[in-house]
Amino acid sequence: MALIEFENATVEFAIYNATGRSLKKQLLQMATGGQIGSDERGRVVVRALEDLSFSLHSGDRVGLLGHNGAGKSTLLRVLSGVYEPSSGSALIEGKVGSLIDISLGIDHEATGRENIYTRGALLGMTRATMRQHIDEIIEFSELGQFIDMPLRTYSTGMHLRLVFAVSTILRPDILLMDEWLSVGDEGFRHRAEARLRSMVEATKILVLASHSRELIMNTCNRVIWLEHGRIRMMGAPAMVMEAYFGRAPDELQAA
Amino acid sequence: MRKYSTVAAISDIAAATRRMPLVGVLGWQDVRQRYRRSALGPLWLTISMGVMIATIGIVFGSLFNSPMTEFLPSLASGIILWGFISTVVNEGCTSFIASDAIIRQLPIPLFVHVLRMAWRNMIILGHNLVILPIVFVAVGKSVHPVVFESIVGFALLLVNLLWVSLILGAACARFRDLSQIVASVLQVVFYLTPIMWMPRSLPSNVSVYLLDFNPAYHLLEIVRAPLLGYAPSALNWTVSAALGVLGWAAALIFYSRFRRRIAYWL
Repeated sequence: MALIEFENATVEFAIYNATGRSLKKQLLQMATGGQIGSDERGRVVVRALEDLSFSLHSGDRVGLLGHNGAGKSTLLRVLSGVYEPSSGSALIEGKVGSLIDISLGIDHEATGRENIYTRGALLGMTRATMRQHIDEIIEFSELGQFIDMPLRTYSTGMHLRLVFAVSTILRPDILLMDEWLSVGDEGFRHRAEARLRSMVEATKILVLASHSRELIMNTCNRVIWLEHGRIRMMGAPAMVMEAYFGRAPDELQAA
Repeated sequence: MRKYSTVAAISDIAAATRRMPLVGVLGWQDVRQRYRRSALGPLWLTISMGVMIATIGIVFGSLFNSPMTEFLPSLASGIILWGFISTVVNEGCTSFIASDAIIRQLPIPLFVHVLRMAWRNMIILGHNLVILPIVFVAVGKSVHPVVFESIVGFALLLVNLLWVSLILGAACARFRDLSQIVASVLQVVFYLTPIMWMPRSLPSNVSVYLLDFNPAYHLLEIVRAPLLGYAPSALNWTVSAALGVLGWAAALIFYSRFRRRIAYWL
């Protein structure tokens, strides 16, 4: 059972400048009764998300829309459990998997095989599970002999194929994505696409941040439009997309 | 709310101990990185430490007029253990900062990063320990069965280092210059603790302050004394155990309060 429930969730970052980061300055400030540095005590608070309330259930395929800086990445991080809301609550039930920054934790001096185990451990898979999957991963990534070579000898394509193959063996209840992953040359892309589709189909809740109208229309059954950290609009794709992108070109032509 | 965050803090630590395979992989990866394209890897540090011990041993040994059979093993074990203690505390300050990419991307229990740092340094300590048998053989000192007590002592030392690292890791993520202060304090503690000098060279009225009131001395002694063939005193054990209990209580209160802020501070 997968469930996501946000209730007035707000995420605020305090921006600490060099002054705020310095313990010495803070102690001095205390000693001098706040005289020194009172004007340079710049504790600026950035509200990345404000008062989000929504709930997602099994079967939901949610598209996240919004301009750069609207809070999409922050929301994905709250969903993954990295950030806890500074006020309000975010209840997340189910195993969360993320296809954001799939290169995280990769060691360029280590071999492909070593990196598969490291990456697997980061994603919370046991060594035994990884051993079951390792042949499949090597085969899928088409690395052949290169699997026992250090990653720094890989081409960009080979690197991407490897991290893609490892990250897509997960079968999480809740899947988070920032744009659709597309890797490799023509031949590989089709197999990658099929693998990603099966992963997306197996997941109970999908949250996909994207700027692509087509992708969201084809994949999602709900859309959340974020603007300045607030929900501007939430509902069926067709409705929200129309408001966000304006009317579709063909509709405009018909009119 | 308060009760809830204490539970969350404890479950973070419990979850971290269940992620030992991850701790192991990441810790090994750190050590392996030092071995890459270098046949000796971290053993280079061991060699330089060995050279340092030999040099200091000769200079201070003759300065203090201590017999080498006694001074050199004490100095060697002291420097090796202090190297471990000070590195863990220093790197404890950066345990969250250094893992910021992982922390901001994956919901891994935060205490994993502290354990990873500790595990990495335990592996390096293992490298440095090879100096000890060499020194023991060189000066013709034999090993006493009490040496096994040092395993218990080490476990207790580790328990203490973990709470220190946890508090410092969180505090340094917020106040970045704190790690500089910690480094200076460690430097001072190094000279105040009998590592380069023997406790008995002190006049007895000073030794109360430098030894009994020095937590670092007690923590060092519960591991070092058994290595040198005598049992740590009851006071050594009591202080170390009490520090462990009180320290962890403080760390839990602190961690409950600030754990969820750490990701924001990075």
